[in-house]
Order: sequence, then structure tokens, then C-alpha cells
Amino acid sequence: MEEILKRLDERFYVREKKQQRPNLLFVTVDKKVAVEAVTYLRDYEGFRHLVMISAVDYIEQNLFQLTYLLHNYQLHSDIGVRVFIDREHPVMDSIHHLWAAAQVYQREIKEMFGIDFPGSPRVDEPMILEGWDNIPPMRKDFDTKKYAEETYFPREGRFTLDPIKQMEKKNYPLEAEVKYEIKRVVRDNRDKK
Amino acid sequence: MKSKELSETIAIKNKSEESWPAIQTDLDPWQPVWAQQKEFDLNSGKYVKIWHGPQHPGVTGNMSVELTLEGDVIVEAKTHVGYLHRGFEKLMERRKYIQCFPIVCRICVPEPDTNEYLLAAGIEELAGIEIPERAAWIRTLVLEMVRAASLTMGLGGQAGAFGLVPIGQWGVAHRDYILDLFEELTGGRVYHMYIIPGGVRQDFPEGFEEHVKFVMNKLEKLISDIEKVMFNNAVFKARAKGLGYIPPEWIEPYGITGTTARAAGVPIDVRKDNPYLIYDQLDFHKILGSASDVYERTTLRKEEILNSIRLIRQILERIPDGPVRAKLPNVLHWKIPAGETYVRAESGRGEMGYYMVSDGSEYPRRVHVRGASYTHAMAVLERLAVGNSIADMAGLMPSLQTCPPEIER
Repeated sequence: MEEILKRLDERFYVREKKQQRPNLLFVTVDKKVAVEAVTYLRDYEGFRHLVMISAVDYIEQNLFQLTYLLHNYQLHSDIGVRVFIDREHPVMDSIHHLWAAAQVYQREIKEMFGIDFPGSPRVDEPMILEGWDNIPPMRKDFDTKKYAEETYFPREGRFTLDPIKQMEKKNYPLEAEVKYEIKRVVRDNRDKK
Repeated sequence: MKSKELSETIAIKNKSEESWPAIQTDLDPWQPVWAQQKEFDLNSGKYVKIWHGPQHPGVTGNMSVELTLEGDVIVEAKTHVGYLHRGFEKLMERRKYIQCFPIVCRICVPEPDTNEYLLAAGIEELAGIEIPERAAWIRTLVLEMVRAASLTMGLGGQAGAFGLVPIGQWGVAHRDYILDLFEELTGGRVYHMYIIPGGVRQDFPEGFEEHVKFVMNKLEKLISDIEKVMFNNAVFKARAKGLGYIPPEWIEPYGITGTTARAAGVPIDVRKDNPYLIYDQLDFHKILGSASDVYERTTLRKEEILNSIRLIRQILERIPDGPVRAKLPNVLHWKIPAGETYVRAESGRGEMGYYMVSDGSEYPRRVHVRGASYTHAMAVLERLAVGNSIADMAGLMPSLQTCPPEIER
């Protein structure tokens, strides 16, 4: 892995590297040379298996991180090529011509993160979220709780039987009534603020 | 029948046998030409578009395939998923690490423990925790048990797709025996939440080893029965042999792993190549096939069940004594050091992996689940179905061992 890293650095200038395990290495390369670096690893270093493509949202730094994880069947080791792309213009070169499996990952990332891969087959078709009109849901600024509260409502006429509440009301009716009345008043006043 | 007619029939049969693999392998998988989108004129009356699924007994779970047919031959297939999307990867980002465990086991219903193990292994690697030796052995036992359970049900599903329904019932019944074992060990039948960071939740209950041995004997007998009824069945042989041929050249471009790759003669097994837990101490070997059709894949799956039974017996013989849990900090305020990692394991369907990114807080930054079904059901099935008859579609899908909850997460 040391030699591979050295050769990769000579050609593409590795900005950052991290040896997580003896057989797992993460490198960061520039966006411009990322596809070339991946092609070089596939064709010359024997990383023939595309394990996955994944994206991470770093909203604080206004960046997306794309990770191409490649596996070498001879050395039994992995290399993760990380690329940082701008969050305002999320466009990345497609690698569907390198692996037939890559288009599925790119379709999912387009849908879930909104990162575009021009030229990738069927990348604009919805895959999982048909009829979705909100911002891409895996981005950090999408709030699942808020969305669920705005979209879904509890069905009318339904109530829950919390065991603790039930037993309190059964065994200590007066105390339980006072307790829950106080709680209700507190909650109502908090909501008013 | 006159001899002339017979020879003509044989000639036609030979011709058709020669011509059909050509439909499948005419395109080089390394070239991007396969990605060209074809246009079919549906108004011409030559093509019919039908949906195979999501409510179809031959479909493996909630997934549908949009088929374009010419006669009864499939000319185009498009996989549609999204009937099961629960947003687990997003939900995990809102939860603390220990709260993720009830979520991850729901990612794959027949095989939940692989997910639990991988999440625990990822957390342990990032936080630098060593697990006790006995815990590693128990984890291996649980993984092999759940592999046997999932493959037994898968074998039944494969038989059911070709009309051998009783075998499906046997498979589900014998999976239930293994689920009984899980209930005894963990308290849950389908979802166990048994593997946690630092080891496993508790040690074996009393008499558990004897029960495991009893169920394994039962399962072995079932496999010998299935061998007679299914693998020597003329109908099954006629329909499964030669169906769904995957050439070995497809393995790398499509990212095929697991039994599907080993059936093509490609020796890929995470348990041997990147040994995790205690697989390097166990005595087993990679099971390889060559024909790479549905029959071969099903045979390999049967062999994998027998292999799991052998491994479980080995583990029960050699399991050491000791503690089963390492001491953890307070898991509700547990900050995992920043870093990223990828851990992988061999599930019943192929390579399964978790890519985890931590930013040093109590919540995971990103958890990406890499399941084997992802490429199998999307990229491979779309290509594999083309050129086959619509009647064979139901048998083709279970042979790739797809699990839709794993595609959508």
C-alpha cells in the first residue's frame, strides 16, 4: 500500500491521506483529477472492484465529500478516494463508463444529495423517491422531524394507553388528576411563548 | 415420428441452444455501450409493457420490474424500488450510536445480525475497543446461524418460484426452528439486537448448545431430503439449467459478490480473503461452481447451508470460556473519535459493508450501507433478464438472492 500511495502521489498529488487499517487507506485528491486517479487505480494498480460510491454532507464547510471505495482482489485491500466538491454547484464527472454498477450509485446520490453526474444513464429518473418535490432528503439541512410533523397527522379518534399513566389513574385518581392538570397547564403556557 | 422430422427437430433445438447465449454476452461489460437507452415504439403493436410486481408471489419482497415484451421474450427490464423506503441512513444521523441498533437490524429482514455486527464492528474500530475472545466466537456462531436460516428460506423461495411449493414450506418451517433458537438466546425471533459494541448482550442460556446441535441435525436431514426432491427433480432441472448465465467477466464491472460470483468460478469470499472475527481459526474452504446458471447458484446455496452447519459444530466444540462483554463508557453520552472506516462481512447474499464517518460527536455523521442486493437487483437483473422468457423471470430473481429492504434502506 505504501508503494501504491507513493505512485499515486507522484501522478495526482494526494492532498491528505489516512491509513485506517493496514489494508484500508483513504486519500483525498482534487476534483479535476479524481476520475483519472480512479481510472489509474483500476487499470494499473488492480483495484478492479467498485465497492460503493458514497457522499457525506459537510454543511459547516459548505462542501460535499464523495468517496469512491475500490477493492483489490489480489492484495485484499481497499482504497477510498475522497473528493470535495462545492455545495453550491454540486456537479461531478460520471464514472459510469468505468464500472457498469456505478450508474446505480450515481442515480441514488443524485436523488438523495442532489449531486449531478452529467451523462450518466438514467440519472435524472427518480429511483426511490417518486414524486418528491422537497430538497434532497439526505442533505443535512433537511429536517426529518419537521417534515414528518408537517406532512403526517395522527388519525382522529385514536389514543394511547401508557401503562404508567393508566396505573396511576386507577390507583391514585385524585393525585394523578392534579399531576396531569399541572403538566397540561405548564405545557400550554410554554407553547404560548 | 419419422426420422427426418426428428432430425429437423434436433437441428432446431441445437440452433436455439447455440443462439441464446449470444443474446446475453454480445456486449462487453467493460464498454459503456451497454448503457445506451433503447427506444421501443409501443404503438406499433409489436411490444407490450407489463409490470412484474410489486404484488406478485414470485417477486422477492416489495420490488417491481417493468418489462417490455416482444412476444413472451423480454427485450427490456427496468427495476423499480421505493415501496419500502424508510430512510434509515438519515434516521441514524439523528440518533446516538447505541440508539441505531434497533434500526439497523431492520435493514435486512431475513438476515439482521450481519447489520448489527457491522455497525458494532465499525464503532469498535473507530473507538478502539477490543472485544473478549468468547464474544467473538459467539458472534461468529450467531452470524452462521442466521446465514443458515436465511439461505434455507431462500432455497425454499427458489423452489417455490418453479412450482415446487412444499419445499418452500419446509424451508420456512426449518427457519422457524432456528428462530426458536434465537428466541432462546436473545429474546427476539426475527430481530435480535444481540450484538452490541464491546461484545454480545449475554452468555448462552442453560442447555443451549444441545438445542443447537439438535436443530442442526434436523436441518441436515432436511437438506438431504431437498437434495432428492428438488435437485434431482426433472422439472427443476429442465427449467433451471442454463437459465440466467452470468459470465465470469461480469463479476468485476458489475460488482457481483457472494454465492453468485462463486457460482461463476470466481473465488471471492470475505470470510477467507479478509478474515474477520475468528474465521481465520476455523476449518472451511471456498465453495466454487462453474456453470453459473440458476441451478448452480441454488446448488451452491445448499452447500453453503451445509458449510454453515459444519462451522456451527466446530464453534460449539472449540468455544472458549470467559467474559462476553468489554466495559464501555456511558453509551448515552458516548463521543466516538472523529474518523472514517469501512467494515465488511460476508452475508448470505454477498459482501455487505458499512461505511461510517464520525465527526467526534455523539451522533454519526454518515452511515452508508453497502448491500449485495444493490447491484444484483438493479444493474445485473436489468441486464440478465433481457432475452429470457417471461415465465423464467420469477425464477431468475430469487436466484440472485435480492433483498429489497437492503436496496432502499
